[in-house]
Amino acid sequence: MAHSEDNDYEYRIKEGDHVVLKRGDVYKAVQIQRKKKVIFEKQWILLDNVVGHLYSTTFEVASGGSLQPKEDKETESSTDVKVAGTDNRNIVDDGKSQKLTRDDIETMKEQGLTDKEIIKQLIDNSATFSNKTGYAQDKYIKKKKKKYENTVTVLKPTCRIIAMMYHGREPGKICHLRYDTLAQMLTLANVHAGSKVLVFETCAGLVLGAIMERMGGYGSVIQMYPGDGPVRAGVECFGFPTHFHDMLHEFPICHVNALLAGTLDTGAKDPTAEEKQLRVAAVEEQNQPEAEQQEGSPEEENMVTNTSDDGGRGQEKLEKEKRQEAKAQERKVKLEEKRRKLAAAATLLEGRNADGLVIASHFHPYSVLLGLLKFLSPSRPFVVFSQYKETLIECYTKLKEQGGAINLMLTDTWLRQYQVLPDRTHPLLLMSGGGGYVLSGTTVATDNSKPASSPPAEEPAPKRQKVKDSEG
Amino acid sequence: MSFVEYSDFIQDGDVAIVHLGHNSMTPVKVQHGAQTQTRYGVIRHSTDLIGQRYGSKVTCSKGGWVHILHPTPELWTASLPHRTQILYTTDIAMVTMMLELKPGSVVCESGTGSGSLSHAILRTIAPTGHLHTVEFHQQRAEKVVEEFKEHRVDHLVTVRNQDVCKDGFGVTGVADAVFLDIPSPWEAVGHAKAAMKKHGGRLCSFSPCIEQVQRTCEALTEQGFKEIRTLEVLLRIHNVRAVTLQLPNFGPDSSSQAGPEAMEEAPPSATPDHASLKLKTTAPLREMPGHTGYLTFATKPRT
Repeated sequence: MAHSEDNDYEYRIKEGDHVVLKRGDVYKAVQIQRKKKVIFEKQWILLDNVVGHLYSTTFEVASGGSLQPKEDKETESSTDVKVAGTDNRNIVDDGKSQKLTRDDIETMKEQGLTDKEIIKQLIDNSATFSNKTGYAQDKYIKKKKKKYENTVTVLKPTCRIIAMMYHGREPGKICHLRYDTLAQMLTLANVHAGSKVLVFETCAGLVLGAIMERMGGYGSVIQMYPGDGPVRAGVECFGFPTHFHDMLHEFPICHVNALLAGTLDTGAKDPTAEEKQLRVAAVEEQNQPEAEQQEGSPEEENMVTNTSDDGGRGQEKLEKEKRQEAKAQERKVKLEEKRRKLAAAATLLEGRNADGLVIASHFHPYSVLLGLLKFLSPSRPFVVFSQYKETLIECYTKLKEQGGAINLMLTDTWLRQYQVLPDRTHPLLLMSGGGGYVLSGTTVATDNSKPASSPPAEEPAPKRQKVKDSEG
Repeated sequence: MSFVEYSDFIQDGDVAIVHLGHNSMTPVKVQHGAQTQTRYGVIRHSTDLIGQRYGSKVTCSKGGWVHILHPTPELWTASLPHRTQILYTTDIAMVTMMLELKPGSVVCESGTGSGSLSHAILRTIAPTGHLHTVEFHQQRAEKVVEEFKEHRVDHLVTVRNQDVCKDGFGVTGVADAVFLDIPSPWEAVGHAKAAMKKHGGRLCSFSPCIEQVQRTCEALTEQGFKEIRTLEVLLRIHNVRAVTLQLPNFGPDSSSQAGPEAMEEAPPSATPDHASLKLKTTAPLREMPGHTGYLTFATKPRT
């Protein structure tokens, strides 16, 4: 049926796609490129063959690293051995139960035996296997399978997978933000299509990508960034369609004060800043070619001696100037583009009517929160993530003092995973120690005139008084 | 107002959340001429609400004040009228991410219950997704239909009054995700599979008891589901407070008399008996929810 063929098209792996490789609980994000070798789980693999297959297909790694789709129908018949002991009273650890040596196993691997065959050999040559209990046998097989398994599953990236991948591989890069914590943030911030969300993150772009996925290309996201530019490596992993990037804006955090004061000039007639930048660029330009020249000097000298006339040198100079001019022009275009983007983001911010704020960075959240909260409409949620509770205690205290926010809540979540097997169900032995803390709340209109009458007894105001008293 | 779209001003017919302080909230249906009684006095809708900005402080008749908030699924979860036990935001957040919900997702859910999770799903899948929700209790099904209409999300949801274990979800081959919160989810796993897209999708089952999880996992394995994983998420709330801790008096210390630092540290007015340290810290709740339910997730492979 032609129609179902069409349906399949969007589920097939294409060249240039961003995908996630999976083996066991290990993930790795890569882009599909022809003749490109990637290293995954201590193995070189070549991704050429996966193109055209459906997502979530499992591949076997053949020699040379090329991938072959694995015949599914996992007939778990390798566990034919149905002889089992009842307990381990007669099992003695003499270190000699396995008759195969390390060399034997290496040879089998080199011969290209499948993981299943190797495991079978290991079982056949284990003197104690048949005395083990059925559960212990299962465990043994599972363990060996994990070690010798040679398969890779290719997945379509989603927030769930990428958040789990980052947490497993590079927690330092994402401020130890665990995936369940990220889930809380997205929900507490009411991230959804059509809203205008402010983000300040130094989590490699993971938080930004998660927000973009939840917004599905509707609405706008303004990334407030520190330093020279936003980091978006994590966003790439999501492999969003190009139109998603139309909703993405960026604004340097160093211009926030100017924007709030109304002194930020992003108009075309802003020659001073622009020219200054251009001048800086020009200086860089002049410095750079010199360095390049030095590197390539022997060759150039040769050329000069070969032609041995002044005309060649003049022409060269001319060409160099031309090149510089072209580069300067390119820079100018880029600067223009940058300024245009800045102006667009500034326009979005100026209304101070954003619908949500998400902060997750290695900066102290205190100043970031107080600065960016000014851009939110009243009755909008905000969330602040921090790896440390103390920074959020400070934010909480300050917000209580200055008002403008209610429903303040400082939380963290515990995540516990379970092994569920017949007669062997229990929590996993190892769990994550901490996934960071979240402060959430809702903005409210700041009252210009204090209510004449005293606030009701249950309101936070008297409490605040008490806190102040105890402090003073 | 709509649960899937923000607006700035309160209008006739909106559902607004009245925030009474200290996480005490109540939803009100805004109507011309209507009044709402709170412990701080009466709120007159025509003058106090309609035309006001969401997030404003409204002074009630007794002089007390409240904040009027724009509805969100999270505020709704915290204030909705319970007809059943509901799912709370912590679990909802995890379900939403692990089911990979996003704008455009087609989701099946059963039972609808009080609609706590339903609102969160609708928020996430709008404007192009759809929720097929099944509730076998007729009165509850009718009530939730009414609510969806009031909350202006009825275009995104179909409520079916049938038994999911017997009759399934009423759709086949369309869902990207299925959520089960019923007493015997293992009886609905087959229907869940049938409701899902040929290309596969994600499933979640919420059960309070481990025996339910056990049976569900068996059924999922039998039906060919992969990546079966059972989790539990617990929310810990930290109450921020300033505490003052006394320092004990060790009596006169002759050796430190000469130390100028010690002299400086002790405030001149404080007598040694009343020396204390202040710090900002957090205290856990005296009691916390220790268990809501186990969340079992699985992937349906392509069939």
